[in-house]
This record gives sequence, structure tokens and C-alpha cells, in this order.
Amino acid sequence: MTPSDFVASLALISVAAGVLGSLIGLGGGVVIVPVLTLLYHVDIRLAIGASIVSVIATSSGAASAYVRERMTNLRAGMFLELATVTGAVSGAYLTTVFPTRVLFVVFGLVLAYSSFTTFRRRHADDPLTESNDRIANYFELHGSYYDQAEQREVAYKVVRTKLGLALMYVAGLVSALLGIGSGALKVPAMDSAMRLPMKVSSATSNFMIGVTAAASASVYFIRGQIDPIIAAPVAIGVLLGAAIGARVLGRVASRTVRLVFVVVLVVISLEMLQKGILP
Amino acid sequence: MAEKVRKVELAISLVLRIGVVVSVVIIAAGLVLTFTHHADYLPLRGPVSYTTLTSTSTPFPHSFAALWHSIALGEGQGIILLGVLTLILTPVLRVAVGVLSFVYEKDAPMALVTLLVLALLVGSFFLAGA
Repeated sequence: MTPSDFVASLALISVAAGVLGSLIGLGGGVVIVPVLTLLYHVDIRLAIGASIVSVIATSSGAASAYVRERMTNLRAGMFLELATVTGAVSGAYLTTVFPTRVLFVVFGLVLAYSSFTTFRRRHADDPLTESNDRIANYFELHGSYYDQAEQREVAYKVVRTKLGLALMYVAGLVSALLGIGSGALKVPAMDSAMRLPMKVSSATSNFMIGVTAAASASVYFIRGQIDPIIAAPVAIGVLLGAAIGARVLGRVASRTVRLVFVVVLVVISLEMLQKGILP
Repeated sequence: MAEKVRKVELAISLVLRIGVVVSVVIIAAGLVLTFTHHADYLPLRGPVSYTTLTSTSTPFPHSFAALWHSIALGEGQGIILLGVLTLILTPVLRVAVGVLSFVYEKDAPMALVTLLVLALLVGSFFLAGA
């Protein structure tokens, strides 16, 4: 394969990764890393560097539309970023403390459990109308959005902010330690724990993952993991894909978003367990 | 309240869009330059496999000094990395605009929270040795 074929084919695959990632609030690393390592036989370190670029591209590419359309809960997102960025910064300096294989098994199991709780909520995801959560009330984290699929304004209240903060810290930690899984934990934290509607959870996770990734991106650059000839097609392709995905989320039913998310979460969890158990 | 949030939303949305457009333009320009004007620093002509560009031994800048040098020479890969760095800085800039918007709207608790996030992000860049 010539370099120009490589760039063209990788850009096309990246468009698909951007659409999927922006739709369910993940970074697209779930597509980019296996494609680069298995299909193109790229070293895992360079693949993870490309995945970080993909996460930031998915986030910024879709978030401008999601924020403008009020799909993102801006206040909740910016509030929770405090915990996720703290996790990401501390994770970057804990890489040598924990054995990676144990981490893969632990988070593989955590994600398997979250996919189960997310799936279980498919029939009972009516938004809350009341909240006595003190933090959420003080910072006014509640919100509302216009659901294009249902053609109505949906107001919702936020609960269990403390649990949400703890889960966001773990999400930041995991993404810094393992290079994946940032959005995979953020969406269940908002959907299952804090009771934000599914589409809002997805759009708000999308909004936050860019900041989480930016906190560790400079480390990846210094370590020489960001190869320009890989990063260029990934960034351009994913940005285009994310812009397309952002037009889709409003129109599809929450249930569909939830089911696609659960399928991808099961795949990530199996991928993590495999990395931890098989040598 | 709702009106206040709306202004912050529009400001942040605008910053993200500008960041994305600027980085795409720089990356695309760098990519074109890599293929048209690669000279002798990258083996791109003739029947060459892409793997020479994607192995761990491929030479590309990974410090700021090397990056500025590469850009000064007009190398495509340096320009691509400049675009990628612009993309990486976009979420940081977005947080900074958030701080300013919350200060302007006199929303002290949220201004403080976002300011802490910004401090952590800026700190992470320096801790990386940048």
C-alpha cells in the first residue's frame, strides 16, 4: 500500500469513527485503535496517540453543534470536568504504580456492569421532575432540551452529583492509564447515576471527553506518540464524521442511541478483558 | 437564567467552530505539502510502502524545539503537527472562554469551578515538560 492510499483509506474509516463516536458520546478510539493495529499493523503506542487526536476531534467537531442546539448540559458538563480532569492529570503520573493487566480486567468488568445497567434502563428512562440533591441545586445543574424525534421540550432534574463526581474522576483516571474508556464511563455516570436523559448524557460526554484528552495529549506529543502522517487523516476524517453525527443525534430516538451505546460498550469491555487475561 | 446560559452556549460554540476550522485548514495544508514538497526528509517517491512512515523508527518532531525547526524549514509534517496542536488547544481555549463568560455573567460558583479546570489543564501542559 502506498502512503497516499494509506492516507485516503484511513481518512474514510475515520469518517465512520467520527459519526459513531459523536452519536454515542465516545471518542472513536474504539474504532481507530483496532483498525490501526490490526488492519494497518501500526505500533500500539502510535495507535494510542492517534486515538487521543481522534477523541479531541470527535469532541470539538460535534460539540459546537450540540452546544448551539442545547443538547449539551453545559453547566453539568463544565462542573463535572473538574473531577475528570483531576483524574486524568493524576492518572498520567500513576501509570507505573498499577499493573496494566489488572487494570484492564477491573475496568473490563466495570464496563460490563455499566452496559448492563444502561441496558436495563431502556424502558424506564423518564426524566426526573424533582431533585433534592444539594450540589445540583446550588450549581443549578438541571436543564431541558428540545427533542427533535419526540418534537417536544424535555425538562429534567439532576440527582446524585457526588456519585457522578466520583465516577468522573475514575473515568479521567482510566483514560489516562489505559488510553481508552473515557466516554464509556461518562455516559453511564450521567445516564444511570445522575439521571440525565440518554441523548443529553451522550452529548455532554462528547463535550467533556475533549478536555479530558487535552489534559494528557501534551504528554503523548512529548513521548513521540503523535505521528503526523497518521494524525492528519484521522483528524480530518473524524472531524467530518463528527459534524455528520451531530446532525443525526437530535433526530434518532433515545432508545436507539441507548442500544447502539450498549453494543459498543460490550465490545469495549470484551476488548479490555481480552487484553488483561490473554498475554 | 436561561438567557445567561444561552450567551455562554453561543460563545463556546463559536470558539469550538473556529478552532476546528483553523486546525482542519492547517492540517490539510500540511498534508498537501507533505506529498508535493517532501524533498529528502521523507521517502515518498517511487514504489514505497506506507509502513516506512508509520513505524516507531519514523522520524518526526516530538519536542517543541524540533517542531518550530521543522515548521521553519517548511516541512509538511511540522505543519500537520501545528494543526494537531491547534486542535488539542481548542478544548483548553473553550474552558478559558467559559471562565470569562461566567465571570461576565457574575456566576461566581461556576466561574470558580471552570477556573480550577483551566488551572489543571495549563498545569498539565507544564508538567508534561512542554
